[in-house]
Amino acid sequence: MVSEEAYAYTPGLKVKLSTIIQKIRRLPIPGEVLVSEGDKVDYADVVARTQIRGDPEIVKAAMLLSVDPEDLPGHMVKRVGDSVVKGELLAKYSSFFGLIKKNVPSPLDGTVEAISDVTGQVVVRGSPVPVEVNAYVPGRVAKVLPREGAIIETNAAFIQGIFGIGGEAHGKIRIAVDSLEESLTEDRITSEDKGKVLVGRSWVTIGALLKGVEVGASCIVVGGIKHGDLTKFIGEEVGVAITGEEEAGLTLIITEGFGKMKMSRQTFNLLERFEGYVASVNGATQIRAGVLRPEVIIPHSEHFEEVLGDELVAGMIPGTSVRVIRHPYFGALGRVLGLPIELQQIQTRSKVRVVEVELEDGRVVVVPRANVEIIEE
Amino acid sequence: MATDVGSTTTKARFFKRMENGEWRFVVAGEAPTTVEAPYEDVTLGVRNAVREVEELIGHKIMASDGTGILVPFDGNEGVDLYCTTSSAGGGLQMMVAGLIKIMTAESANRAALGAGAIVMDVMAHNDGRQTYQKIKRIRSLRPDMILLAGGTDGGASARVVEMAELIKAAEPKARLGESYMLPLVFAGNKALHPRIEKLLSNSFALTVVDNIRPVLEIENTEPARIAIHELFMEHVMSHAPGYNKLMKWTDIDIMPTPAGEGLAMQLIAKAYGKNVIGVGLGGATTNVYSIFEGKFVRSVSANLGMSYSITNVMKSAGIRNISRWLPFKLDEEEVADRLMNKMIRPTTIPQTLEDLVIEHAVAREALRLGLQHHKTIATRLKGVQLQRTISDMFEQQLAETYIDMIRIDIIAGTGGLLSHAPWRTQSLLVLTDAFQPEGVTWLFQDSVFMMPHLGVLSTVYPEAAWQIFDKDCLVRVGTVVAPRGVAKEGEDVMDVVLEMPNGETINEKLKFGEMKRIELAERQEAKATMTPDKAFDIGNGPGHKAEKIVMGGVVGVVLDARGRPLQLPEEENSRKELLLKWFKAMELYPIDELKELL
Repeated sequence: MVSEEAYAYTPGLKVKLSTIIQKIRRLPIPGEVLVSEGDKVDYADVVARTQIRGDPEIVKAAMLLSVDPEDLPGHMVKRVGDSVVKGELLAKYSSFFGLIKKNVPSPLDGTVEAISDVTGQVVVRGSPVPVEVNAYVPGRVAKVLPREGAIIETNAAFIQGIFGIGGEAHGKIRIAVDSLEESLTEDRITSEDKGKVLVGRSWVTIGALLKGVEVGASCIVVGGIKHGDLTKFIGEEVGVAITGEEEAGLTLIITEGFGKMKMSRQTFNLLERFEGYVASVNGATQIRAGVLRPEVIIPHSEHFEEVLGDELVAGMIPGTSVRVIRHPYFGALGRVLGLPIELQQIQTRSKVRVVEVELEDGRVVVVPRANVEIIEE
Repeated sequence: MATDVGSTTTKARFFKRMENGEWRFVVAGEAPTTVEAPYEDVTLGVRNAVREVEELIGHKIMASDGTGILVPFDGNEGVDLYCTTSSAGGGLQMMVAGLIKIMTAESANRAALGAGAIVMDVMAHNDGRQTYQKIKRIRSLRPDMILLAGGTDGGASARVVEMAELIKAAEPKARLGESYMLPLVFAGNKALHPRIEKLLSNSFALTVVDNIRPVLEIENTEPARIAIHELFMEHVMSHAPGYNKLMKWTDIDIMPTPAGEGLAMQLIAKAYGKNVIGVGLGGATTNVYSIFEGKFVRSVSANLGMSYSITNVMKSAGIRNISRWLPFKLDEEEVADRLMNKMIRPTTIPQTLEDLVIEHAVAREALRLGLQHHKTIATRLKGVQLQRTISDMFEQQLAETYIDMIRIDIIAGTGGLLSHAPWRTQSLLVLTDAFQPEGVTWLFQDSVFMMPHLGVLSTVYPEAAWQIFDKDCLVRVGTVVAPRGVAKEGEDVMDVVLEMPNGETINEKLKFGEMKRIELAERQEAKATMTPDKAFDIGNGPGHKAEKIVMGGVVGVVLDARGRPLQLPEEENSRKELLLKWFKAMELYPIDELKELL
């Protein structure tokens, strides 16, 4: 049985040096798959395509002809199922030996779908819209999902962020700051950063984000951002965390949280190790259903000793690396010292389950278990 | 055994008839909901939650082969009834449409909300959007169901068919998959039934019911509500992961969680014969229910909540409105960053007093906005000729909503923040500041989340449900006595004489801006004689004396002379000073630690 306690803390964000990534690339509706199992694919290769039915347009034909709706079928030039091009006559009316003429042209290219003698409306369906799905990561087609898409497999380093903006992109990684404490500012970004994935150690300023857009950077990965700067960058406040569709000019990935946050050393070290590699990134975040987090995938063919322990499976034990994810120790990293069984009273006077943590700076603190996450190494 | 399959947690509650014949709540079991990958089967979560109950009561409830709940109880194992509510995977999401925005579309909206749905969009012929905009919107929505109304019986027809043609042309797709027909309920002009069937029956799983507005003067939402519940089971639930199995386990239909919660609120109104406002303040949404002179209305603010959508409260209310409830100085940007961090890590809890006070500030705003939204739904029927009296002629206009806070007798709250507040005074003041009850109002709270469970149980065993509700679910928080009106600080507001159950008489003289708390234990009552100043109304008109029974509770009786509407100074220092004075009077937080934050 899965006990409640096993879920009392947030399973941490993944930071992995080497792992097998499988990306499901799926069409929104069934269509044609263009790859076969075992095929090698690159970032931009199209793996599947389909056509979505075009938007309909409703034409108030009877009203435009000034005839009663029930008389409309007699004035139609086109029938249900006929193809039309924009401007072509759908219906016409003439009286007084042709002295009074009224025409109803089609507002778009498409097909006549319905003619109503109740409302006098004609529905013209627009031409189908092609939709394609690319590979997003270079690798091998592990499985074809008939009529839906494919699963692409690759060996890669993998980092999950906590929050992101903007959709899929890729680019060469460049570390854009020198020191631990330094925020990513606009003077750190140059025209040579076009198409790159820029990594900052600490938080990012609004100036740097705008400069990134100006030079055409693909993505910025940093520890934190201030709420006000994010609002300025995307033009509105974030209400509900469902992101990925923004058109802000670049993809932004935050690894720690909001405010002046430093990126965890482990995440930064990994990104630094792969400087110059091409990474696939996606800022899409969805916190409620399914928990979708932003990601940095760095495909590589190197093989490292797997250092991933079984800690997560076992839950939290003394010695487990954790990150505190709530005020007053937000962002602090440490190791579990103890897990008292009894509920303890905290400052708010709530009685909760707690964990004793030795922080990196040597302080020993007590925090609610709900306020730490395990760091998956 | 009753469960609620929530969006994150599945909550099992076990009820039992005791030897004295009384029904009581016995134990609770909880487990994560398993609607998402990799599980994609809600019965796993139900099984885990029920197993916790089994361990606690020591007898088997689940069949050993995992095929369901053992029914009936055979003296050793099993239960006599299993029922459940569900909001997992986003609950029931609907689009509604009508002809005129403030008439049939509004009635359709009320019917869908009353059935427990989240309404994604309300479309009307005159909603100000162009046809192409409406089509684009419908194509982007993926509802579970559509409710279409329009026209009185024998009234408008062509425009209603136009709306039906528009919906058909847009080809909306069902949220839970392409493979089944989207259910559509038509509750409009009955003269159109044959046309609507001809037009829509090939493209939708069509159900035609009696008109929601047969004549303008009558709103008949019941047939639409029943159809929505049936379709919810037949079409929506049967396509959600694992629900086909769960439907076989239950003895009665699965009900959307808010519908269960709504039934529970109606139980309170019925038992006391009073007007009630109920609220469920959740992590993602805020549901407000009102039962006013027998009329039940529900509203849901889909993105006002305390975890996933906490930043949407900030966005809707404005950071300034949140900060105005803080008695200490904290940079607005810092508050905003902390709320963003709560949104991305929604399961964390406040560790410091400062964080707790911030969350309570957000809760006040979420509740305030939730009630504001509710009032736009709980309105008199529009399009009806009103009999106006001479006195109405002097009024600028008739109020849109019929909710009059001075005539609300009971406020009941449920949801994590209210139930988990370290001290009950906090949930009382949060509710009071947000809803601003007027006159004499009793306050109740859910003990451990089980209102939806008891709501669904009440459909088959109303008496058992009420016994459990009364004894184990409803916490009596206390009574708020708050006259309507404003004055200058320090001016006389009201004299109150309380005849306590021990024979003692308490006399209180209240000045404007004051709050007082008087202890009166749960299940005790006192008689209150209230004489307001001429500028204040306690229920019988300005300056008129009133006698009422006040209910005791874990907090007691709160005399609130802060004015209605509540007066919060614009100037920062005086506002903070006043907040601190109120917090002190209410013993809201540990005061020494609060002072350290100033």
